[in-house]
Amino acid sequence: MKQTSRIISTYSADPFGVCSALFELGGMVIMHDASGCNSTYTTHDEPRWYDMDSMVYISGLTEMEAIMGDDGKLIDDIVEAAEELQPRFIALAGTPIPAMTGFDYVAVAELIEERTGISSFGFATTGMNTYVNGASMALEGIARRLVKRDVEKTDNLSVNILGLTPLDFSLSGADKSFVKCLEEAGFEVISKWAMGSTLEQLAEAGRARVNLVVSSTGLAVAKAFNEMFGTPYVIGAPFGSVMQEAIIQQLRDACSAIAHVEFRGAIQDEEIELCDYMFCMGDAVYEDETCMDILFSEAEVAIIGEGVLSLSLAQAVERHFSKVTKVLCTTEFDKKYLREQDCMAPYEEDIIATLEGVKFVIADPLYKPVCPEGAQFIPLPAESFSGRIFRKEIPDLVYGFEEYFRNYF
Amino acid sequence: MLKRVTVPKERKMEGIRIADANFPSPFKSGLEYATPPRGTWNIVHTGMLIPEAHEIFVCAAGCLRGVVLTAAEMHAEGRFSTVEIKENNIFEGDLEDLLIEGVSSIIEKLPKRPPAVLVYTSCVHHFAGCDIDMIYAELNDRFTDIDITDCYMNPIMRKSGLTPDQIMRSRLYMLLHEREKRSDAVAIIGNDLPTRQESELMELLRDNNLKIHEITSCKTYGEYQEMAEANLYISYNPAAVAGGEMMEERLGGKHIYVPVSYDYDEIDAGMSKICDALGIPMPDYSDRRASCEAVIKDVLEVVGDTPISIDYSFSTRVMSLARLLLDRGFNVGKIYIDAITGDDRGDFMYLKENYPDLIIYPTVHAGMRFMANKEKSNVLAIGQKAAYFENTDHFVNVVEGGGMFGYDTVKHTMELIKEAYLEEKDMRTLIQIKGMGSEEICGCGGSCGCSS
Repeated sequence: MKQTSRIISTYSADPFGVCSALFELGGMVIMHDASGCNSTYTTHDEPRWYDMDSMVYISGLTEMEAIMGDDGKLIDDIVEAAEELQPRFIALAGTPIPAMTGFDYVAVAELIEERTGISSFGFATTGMNTYVNGASMALEGIARRLVKRDVEKTDNLSVNILGLTPLDFSLSGADKSFVKCLEEAGFEVISKWAMGSTLEQLAEAGRARVNLVVSSTGLAVAKAFNEMFGTPYVIGAPFGSVMQEAIIQQLRDACSAIAHVEFRGAIQDEEIELCDYMFCMGDAVYEDETCMDILFSEAEVAIIGEGVLSLSLAQAVERHFSKVTKVLCTTEFDKKYLREQDCMAPYEEDIIATLEGVKFVIADPLYKPVCPEGAQFIPLPAESFSGRIFRKEIPDLVYGFEEYFRNYF
Repeated sequence: MLKRVTVPKERKMEGIRIADANFPSPFKSGLEYATPPRGTWNIVHTGMLIPEAHEIFVCAAGCLRGVVLTAAEMHAEGRFSTVEIKENNIFEGDLEDLLIEGVSSIIEKLPKRPPAVLVYTSCVHHFAGCDIDMIYAELNDRFTDIDITDCYMNPIMRKSGLTPDQIMRSRLYMLLHEREKRSDAVAIIGNDLPTRQESELMELLRDNNLKIHEITSCKTYGEYQEMAEANLYISYNPAAVAGGEMMEERLGGKHIYVPVSYDYDEIDAGMSKICDALGIPMPDYSDRRASCEAVIKDVLEVVGDTPISIDYSFSTRVMSLARLLLDRGFNVGKIYIDAITGDDRGDFMYLKENYPDLIIYPTVHAGMRFMANKEKSNVLAIGQKAAYFENTDHFVNVVEGGGMFGYDTVKHTMELIKEAYLEEKDMRTLIQIKGMGSEEICGCGGSCGCSS
């Protein structure tokens, strides 16, 4: 039955996505919740909690406050804490009960901003979606409110990295490897959303000539920048040398395209989809014929996880190891990015049915109990699924892709 | 090591002198912070104490996240399942159907039929006005071979009647089937951790040839069911009192609550109450007092005037402990506590009167986020939260009283204080282990694939 899990875990939820995305920016994030959200997020989903100061709290909502609609208590508590702690901004994130009572996050955020003079955001998360929704909302919110509008693009190659949170990359070092990979290719990295950049650096994001979306959590902000600045974006995580080469080329092409588009006087959405890589990059590894074989073969490697990372990994596996892949996307994602053999599989039932016949399964270790007996399970821990349990084993696939999978294929 | 990217201003909050603190809540409620220590148990850990039982949580994803990973961390994922509530279930009003069909579907898919299933509903069910009685009646009709009981993860109700913790401790015994009572059988109820064999309670029961039941020692569901033969239910965790009263009413035995204490007279009064309930003479414990005093003297000589901080996660009686230590000359400077228990009221009043400068700090106040020492200190901490805030590797790593009772509470605590003074522990690693001791209680009966 859908919505049931006999044994597998569940993904980090949308309010935790808000917290994770905003963690390093000096703001105060409040989950409007009775109890439990804060300890869940800080225990399982936030590897920076012990070492890096950040203001993440819960409101401590009670039954009577919810029933009586006593938003005043919440507002007073936030204003009092903000006066004491002086955050750079204030963000409210929602949970199930406020969603049921129709809590108006935007209105409450406005009231708080009026009283404190601090930029305030209301993110109507419900606790019933994955972290992708919450982190997307949060990053887009910051982009639309706090990024400078009156900036000029750089003359040199420049890029923002969008969709960087520990829920997708943990503290594996992947965030730094992305930067290294881009800088070595001659790109100036303007900002990283949102690991390793200050709020001031994020505010300069409009200067970048192109954006690189490395996880689904960066898609909404990429679209916002496209709308605000006409900045094109490339979707994909540069796992392994071939994907790096492909993505760098796409980024260069996008930088050229923007010049071209601007020359024609019409700014357009210059999105370059990951799915196109298969064909535009086929020559790098395969002869054309091999490429066609792959296209019409049964997938032997199933990859379970978040959309952008899984598709990036699928491309990398196909190109490096000549294995046909299919992606089982388990978090919110636009189906248009999926290939024919891929599918959305948010529930245990979908996953079990879709794994029939595959030879390899690449997934978080907590998926292993539903892996078919005849298939080889290749563990790839994801903080967003198993939390801290396998944190030390999460690899940096940017430069470690070949080594990590070499023993399996 | 991470480097802070955005540097907040140095923010320190002041504690309050105990002389100025109010009972039972010294601090105003507001936004709440979660400290990294995780040793205390939650409702997943506690439910797993019923051997071979399977837990099914029916909640939104955000609420499931913490509990499913609790089960995974204690290697009990084979005894744990979930039904996820989505927005459409709330809008369409099919929460009852989702629960009944979801739970049924999971039970049918389990590799081995569990003897018992704990079905946890959530705040959402409460707010949507779900017919909880109908749900469980239907499940019981469908699965007549399984004991099914109602459990709750509804923290929004924590200030409305019984807390989720109290309810969970009562649910631990709701699956017991009535059976003939044995006058020589006693059940110690409501604890997550086993009562220490060295305690006067266990000694008393052993010496009088009484059969002792405690859920922490049950290995099979059958052993668990034998608890129902007990004629007397003894609790010493205040959160277990409601459960004890329910057992009394449902199963017919007698329940007594005896608080843990660090005061000799109170300890004797508690032992006397137990003896009265059992109809046995009270042993002479005067030698225990002398023995405790000797240990205290020895530990004081070692520890000297080392600053000591205590937090509430160590015991339900931290005021009683602070009183004992201060009266004997230890240098207790701070207590981290958000609310004072009813049992501790007398000791709290005593401390206000006699040690007015003792400082109390909250643990959940927003400003406490910045209160942990940045540098390692040599404070001796009793409890994980105190250890975290003081940033010390010299700490007593015990939660929820650690199964101590009677004079053993005093003696063993003193031994642990001495050990903490003399030996360093890896505080950062140890305090982040969730549900300290829970990894030993899978109790799957071999069905879940865990190491037990």
